[in-house]
Amino acid sequence: MMLLEAIILTVITASTPLLIAALGELVVEKSGVLNLGVEGMMIMGAACGIAAAIFTGSSAAGVLAAILAGMAMAALFGALTLGLAANQVAAGLALAIFGLGLSGMVGAGFVGAQRAGIGKIEVPLLSDIPLLGPVLFNQDPFVYASFALVFLVARFLNRTKAGLVLRACGENHAAAHALGYPVLRIRFLAVLFGGACAGLAGAYMSLVLTPFWSSGMTGGRGWIALAIVVFASWLPGRAAVGAYLFGGITILQLHAQGAGLRVPPQLMSALPYLITIVVLVLIMRLRRGGAAGPASLGVPFVPDR
Amino acid sequence: MRLVLETRSQTPPALALGAPLLAVALTLVSAVLIFAALGQDPWRALQVYFIAPVSDSWGLQEVAVKATPLVLISVGLSLCYRSNNWNIGAEGQFLVGAMAGGWLALATHGAPNGPWLMPAMLAAGAAGGALFALIPAVLRTRFGANEILTSLMLVYVAELLLDWLVRGPWRDPQGFNMPVTVSFEPEAIVPLLLEGGRLNVGTPIALLVVVLAAVLVGRTLKGVEIRLVGEAPRAARFAGFDTNRLTLTVFAISGGLAGLAGVLEAAGTVKMLQPGLSPGYGFTAIIVAFLGRLNPVGCLVAGVFLAITFIGGENAQIMLRMPLDATRVIQGLLLFYVLACDTLLLYRPRLVASTPA
Repeated sequence: MMLLEAIILTVITASTPLLIAALGELVVEKSGVLNLGVEGMMIMGAACGIAAAIFTGSSAAGVLAAILAGMAMAALFGALTLGLAANQVAAGLALAIFGLGLSGMVGAGFVGAQRAGIGKIEVPLLSDIPLLGPVLFNQDPFVYASFALVFLVARFLNRTKAGLVLRACGENHAAAHALGYPVLRIRFLAVLFGGACAGLAGAYMSLVLTPFWSSGMTGGRGWIALAIVVFASWLPGRAAVGAYLFGGITILQLHAQGAGLRVPPQLMSALPYLITIVVLVLIMRLRRGGAAGPASLGVPFVPDR
Repeated sequence: MRLVLETRSQTPPALALGAPLLAVALTLVSAVLIFAALGQDPWRALQVYFIAPVSDSWGLQEVAVKATPLVLISVGLSLCYRSNNWNIGAEGQFLVGAMAGGWLALATHGAPNGPWLMPAMLAAGAAGGALFALIPAVLRTRFGANEILTSLMLVYVAELLLDWLVRGPWRDPQGFNMPVTVSFEPEAIVPLLLEGGRLNVGTPIALLVVVLAAVLVGRTLKGVEIRLVGEAPRAARFAGFDTNRLTLTVFAISGGLAGLAGVLEAAGTVKMLQPGLSPGYGFTAIIVAFLGRLNPVGCLVAGVFLAITFIGGENAQIMLRMPLDATRVIQGLLLFYVLACDTLLLYRPRLVASTPA
């Protein structure tokens, strides 16, 4: 019983950053922009988050700094791909390389600096329910935020006019433009939202999951978040399923190593990446090529005056 | 005021050369600002970073040694990117090439071998890299799985495979528990061009590859196909080109070249297998490909430039105690500027007074 509870709790902490980052990228892609630089924005969030938290002594300041750092990186990407209509794939790669380097420089002064993680918020009474209580109602604020985000993103995309316009930009930017919507401005806002989410996910990495800085600490999670968006068929609810699936695999691998399973640790470490590939293939098979992403995804848009 | 992009009817030829140069100039200006922000004397840092590596014959040889893998990989990647195939896993293909060639060297270690060994190793490296690159290509053509993500995920897999091999089955028993293989025997080491120098035959191979690729792109039907599929996929379909076949072809070529670069690095420069075999050549080569405007000769020039930043970064770390991450930042900025300047080729940017909507 206790073990099960412990496993579920670690799965939640492993899945939360994936879910937050994936939800941000989902909105970006729904607007028709492919930002491959999630890894770069995320690690900048992690570096700036812990730097600001140690500097000010406030976790809230750290989270805010992480969000702003992610948005600043996203703005750079937006300026290039939307303002200058640059190739989105290449610009996303540049963002990832640039972010990995810059985060190393930002974090250099904080290597080895430990700080207490962010405390949990206990919901009174409900958290006393056996098993369900600690799992659902005694979590850090990020976990609650990630669930709220699933609901809010789904509602925004499917139930609001703004969400409809954003999806229109992603499906057919020429038509959205013809109807008088500022396609580039809408896409830029979506990209900023994606950056904020990636920064927040990074803050979770450096402030909660492993509360210290180490270079390259996101370890490819930004890329897995991208895979989750594809896996989820651009649906927020399914992104949550995907994030928990991947988080679960990560934890399974740790427990398998702890249980003394006689396989090379490298094979276990490779498992999340291999499973990502398998899942991407399976989901494409199931979908039979139909219902792919937004129709204008990755296509630059240059309005005629 | 707002920025408006006007589509150009044709690109002025001077701009095609000027845009990458402008990107390099902007990168140098940014580098000066970064050095100043790090509390360095910018001019001295600039000198250590970009001038010192090319100011003596030893440094020039080092540049050529580092440029060789970058050029080999980026030429292959440029074929991929031109035809809209996004192979970003060259780092993994590089490592698999090194492992495939290294396996031959280790299997024949201490056994009689002859002059056939080196060509066999190079072939094994290229084949290994090509097969590894075909995984994302086949997953894309057969199942429609996104090749960007699968090729990148395989980089992590290749890194972990190498790590396992050199810590486990391939570890040197006399290596004091270090995660390295034995040093390769003389027959398994890429011959030097000049006795006492650092250059090996890898460099002329890279130059030959540049020439072959330039001929392929500029003078053959395959080159037309690559360009057409990238620039006008619909027209390419009407012309009867098989885009799936092309995906497999360009992935195999780029993987093969990355694998060749890998085995040349392992058997030429490092002379053994170890976890940190590549200082990120596979990723830097992506920047090289774009700086070279996806053109084989351009990749050659761009490869030399990025090799300088690699060596300059190492020098700056030793002489000025600058963080190695500064190199990554400069390389990332370079790619940003290259992409921004490429916009000039397609569009004429113009500032107009904003009109009320």
